[in-house]
Amino acid sequence: MLVSYRWLQQYVDLKDVTPAQLAEALTRGGIEVDVIENRDGGVEKVIVGYVASVEPHPDAEKLRVCSIDAGDEERLQIVCGAANVAQGQKVPVAIHGAKLPGGVKIKKSKLRGISSQGMVCSAKELGLPEKLLSKEQQEGILVLPEDVAVGTDVKEILGLNDHVLELDLTPNRSDCLSMIGVAYEVAALLDREVNLPEGIEEGSAGAEKSLDIVLDAEEDCPFYAARVIEGLQLAPSPQWLQNILLAAGIRPINNIVDVTNYVMLETGQPLHAFDYDQVTDGEIVVRRAHPGEQVVTLDGVTRACDEETLLITDGTRPIGIAGVMGGADSEVTVATTTILLESAYFAPPSVRRTGRKLGLRSEASSRFEKGVDPERIVPALNRAVQLFGELASGRPASEVKTESLGGINDVTVTLRHERLIAVLGVQIPEEAVCDIFRRLRFPMEKGDGVYRVQVPSRRPDISIEVDLIEEVARLYGYHRIPTTLPWGQQSPGALTEEQQIRRIIRRTLRTAGLFEVLNYSLTSPARLSELEAPLVKEYRPIRLNMPMSDERKVLRTSLIPQLIETAEYNIHRRESGVALFELGKIYLSDEKKLTQLPQEKWELAGLITGETVAKHWDQEAKKPDFFSVKGLLEHLFIRLGVENVTMRGARYQGWHPGRTAEVLLDGEPIGLLGQLHPRVAEAHDLDETYVFQVLVAPLIAKIDGIIPMARPLPKFPAVSRDLALVVKEDIPVALLEETIREVGGALLESVTLFDVFTGAQIGEGKKNVAYALSYRAEERTLTDEEVNVLHSKIVNQLGDRFGAMLRQ
Amino acid sequence: MRERLELLKKEAEAAIEAAKGLEQLRDVKVKYLGKKGELTTVLRGMKDLSAEDRPVIGGLANEVRTGLEKKLTEKEEELREAALDARLEAEAIDVTLAARPQPLGGIHPIAAVVEQIEDIFTGMGFEVAEGPEVETDQYNFEALNLPQDHPARDMQDSFYITPEILLRTHTSPVQVRTMEAKEGQVPVKIICPGKVYRRDDDDATHSHQFYQVEGLVVDRGIAMSELHGILATFAEKIFGMALETRLRPSYFPFTEPSVEMDITCIKCSGKGCRMCKQTGWIEILGAGMVHPRVLEGAGYDSERYTGFAFGMGPDRIALLKYGIDDIRHLYTNDLKFLRQFQSV
Ligand SMILES: [Zn+2]
Repeated sequence: MLVSYRWLQQYVDLKDVTPAQLAEALTRGGIEVDVIENRDGGVEKVIVGYVASVEPHPDAEKLRVCSIDAGDEERLQIVCGAANVAQGQKVPVAIHGAKLPGGVKIKKSKLRGISSQGMVCSAKELGLPEKLLSKEQQEGILVLPEDVAVGTDVKEILGLNDHVLELDLTPNRSDCLSMIGVAYEVAALLDREVNLPEGIEEGSAGAEKSLDIVLDAEEDCPFYAARVIEGLQLAPSPQWLQNILLAAGIRPINNIVDVTNYVMLETGQPLHAFDYDQVTDGEIVVRRAHPGEQVVTLDGVTRACDEETLLITDGTRPIGIAGVMGGADSEVTVATTTILLESAYFAPPSVRRTGRKLGLRSEASSRFEKGVDPERIVPALNRAVQLFGELASGRPASEVKTESLGGINDVTVTLRHERLIAVLGVQIPEEAVCDIFRRLRFPMEKGDGVYRVQVPSRRPDISIEVDLIEEVARLYGYHRIPTTLPWGQQSPGALTEEQQIRRIIRRTLRTAGLFEVLNYSLTSPARLSELEAPLVKEYRPIRLNMPMSDERKVLRTSLIPQLIETAEYNIHRRESGVALFELGKIYLSDEKKLTQLPQEKWELAGLITGETVAKHWDQEAKKPDFFSVKGLLEHLFIRLGVENVTMRGARYQGWHPGRTAEVLLDGEPIGLLGQLHPRVAEAHDLDETYVFQVLVAPLIAKIDGIIPMARPLPKFPAVSRDLALVVKEDIPVALLEETIREVGGALLESVTLFDVFTGAQIGEGKKNVAYALSYRAEERTLTDEEVNVLHSKIVNQLGDRFGAMLRQ
Repeated sequence: MRERLELLKKEAEAAIEAAKGLEQLRDVKVKYLGKKGELTTVLRGMKDLSAEDRPVIGGLANEVRTGLEKKLTEKEEELREAALDARLEAEAIDVTLAARPQPLGGIHPIAAVVEQIEDIFTGMGFEVAEGPEVETDQYNFEALNLPQDHPARDMQDSFYITPEILLRTHTSPVQVRTMEAKEGQVPVKIICPGKVYRRDDDDATHSHQFYQVEGLVVDRGIAMSELHGILATFAEKIFGMALETRLRPSYFPFTEPSVEMDITCIKCSGKGCRMCKQTGWIEILGAGMVHPRVLEGAGYDSERYTGFAFGMGPDRIALLKYGIDDIRHLYTNDLKFLRQFQSV
């Protein structure tokens, strides 16, 4: 809502209040003022001039030399390029030393050899908003009304000595969508009177035009008022009215349209003028549309209606869509002399629904959507009749006709003083509360510790006690609410174990050199299908009903695709290496159309590519490989105290077929680790890239409640034995180690792989693996004999199960 | 014999003194004190001495040996010291040469702010609650006093999946979920951090996905002054400085009275600058007393219990606190940006 400071003064006295002070008071009272715009935009020394003569420029076809009377004895010679300048006009003249918006200064100059003592200005040059101007005004100089006095400051004539406050209204304060509403608010805040405008209620003198209203849409339209006005003479509105509309951001059209807009801005009640001659028998029937019914609206578009569309009809055909847009047939035209003026209450849900369906929103519909004040419907009509009389020679040709379904209910709300104090935590004296209701102009009856408040219809946001508590707090001043701390029952307050574990995971990876990133939950199906996420393969990504773009269409089922995107972004920005992780949610549902909320699972995912440690002056750059990333994950599992994690080779689309492993916890897959398939990596300009993803829930379930227990340090010496084996190359070492551990039992303390190689000396298809085994007993020193027996047992088993031979 | 011993001592001492390295010193030792060394040779002549002289000369010989051994040890120590010094000199490096880089990751600024918020509130006795990001219309709107045709639904155009299920537009549904789970028990003291989604085009100040931290306190006798107290304490802690706070009336369908809280501009300390649009104040959160309809809907008697709720944006706090000028930086994950927060 744009509020002209000057206009507002018609309704409330602001003599000792500057625009800035007014804005501060409103903001403090809960109506935020976004911007205070000084309408003059810095215009200075622009005055009214009379164009006494216009001569062609001798050397320039498009320029004209004007002789202008600007009030001084001597006329000004001004060169002007506008096509519409003509002798006899009153125009704005920027004289030598004048200033225009944007800091433009006007000086005497020469244009193609002819001296020019200033400039004739267009509306745009004076800072008027271009989109609100008529075509002539946009293209040429601004022609002022004939009756303005030469030499007058143009700011005075165009109402530029004004400030406009842009209110950022919250949805509950639709009462401030009108100047009168704002005036009530300002009057309450500053404790002033409100001056309401008058209107004409008297009946028509003379011929009565027929007017009938039928309401046939129940709650969609409970109240409708109308009146016929005749004798109208269509013309441009006077300058003062145009100024007011421009300040409010509305384009002046003609005196009939402008009056309806003016009254809407003043009272908050949208009015609509139908050409009376197009309304059959002067009958208005408000009803819902029939299926398939069509209306051609003012903008020439044919609109398809449905059973929820509320129509204004003349009993035979639709002449408008209620509260949203009038029909083309009944539009006011240059030929119109008689109108049927509508002022009604259309239910907010109906207008909202229809406006949304048709994609139409206007100053009027946005007011209906929030609910207009039923008590201002008829006064608005009367006000318009008065203005039509003053500005367009209109006179009433019918009584005010009203039709309503049920009356307006009086709203009375009771406020308990004790409750007020309890909710606000501040002692407000009863007199102060009474005074606040007086300032608000809420009729109130004071009982013992209670206030019975009659809420005016202009404030539909107030219906229960707490609404009144807020009103009192607002006017008492929120800044007077002290700070105290709760004294009630204390609570411990802490992160849950799961939340702590998530923090540990993130901290561990950061310490290991990975950057934490946050990506969007929404992504594209194409991105997700680039590589397989086997743990969630039975789920299809959940789609938005109306996505904003293809890139943000579905909820992610894996975090890796966006890590790839992030890596690509950074590599393109000359990062030589990237190490990233994200701990975030994936969203899973096996329903085709959701009837239940999906599962939201926390996933940890990481990506490492390129030179993660840059080349040093005495060391080559470091790049990741499978085992460095595997080490990173193992490091994390140690930090979490999660044991029994194993890995198993796996093949999935999008992953390197020979360098990918499933991560198993107690034998159950919980994630995947591997090299990104080079084709996928290449598509994103990535070098050898490793990625991993692990579900967090199984880790948390495993950790649940585990506290590490101290064990006694070894008292007896360990015995070391090396074990060098030759086995078939395709036997995973994990299987060998499993057997070694199984046979070694409790006495085998550790198994460390220290060498793996292949070569001619080992034989085709074979590999050599070498382990360092450490044996130790808790309660005694092991003898060589014992160890030898156990060690041979291991060797034999490895031979039996895998054909492993001891290397000689 | 005495003379020979004295002479030998003198010679040996001179040789030790002259030794130019451990090698030479060892040779000296062998020459004089070795099994076939000169001292041994001299001592072989002992058998020719008289019974009276033998102990005297024997004592003298021992004295000479001990003396020489001591000298040898001292000299050896001296030479070792010198050798070590020489080696260390040779090992000298230019300590100003560049370090070998060690990998070090970093926290995302939003995650950092969320952790800070969590720590401040858990320190004040709050628990951290969580709720689904894909939410029902019922929890996201209806239960928060935002029925189907409520005008406030316009304020937050949402991403629907079905007519009943959407991406939550705020973390406020967790208020209701928490109260329902507590089944009327008090005190309720929670915050809920998480992602929220709105149909906004991404630009310098908007993001279709952002973070919110919701807070809720419900108990007997909770007043608006306590809302102010808790949130003023929070503001000072999160920005790490003494601040003034100002409450302004506002509107949220699920609280009443509703407030917005401003703090003195952290950039200009309230003097007025571009960041605070010359007002000296910056808005950091919205809050209010829990609407009685919300309390009742979640099973709390609104006559017995009151409470307050608040919501803040970690994204916005990160922008303010770290002087970030464009919210898109937070979701682009540019390493050149993220590296600036390694010390957070
Ligand atoms: Zn500032």
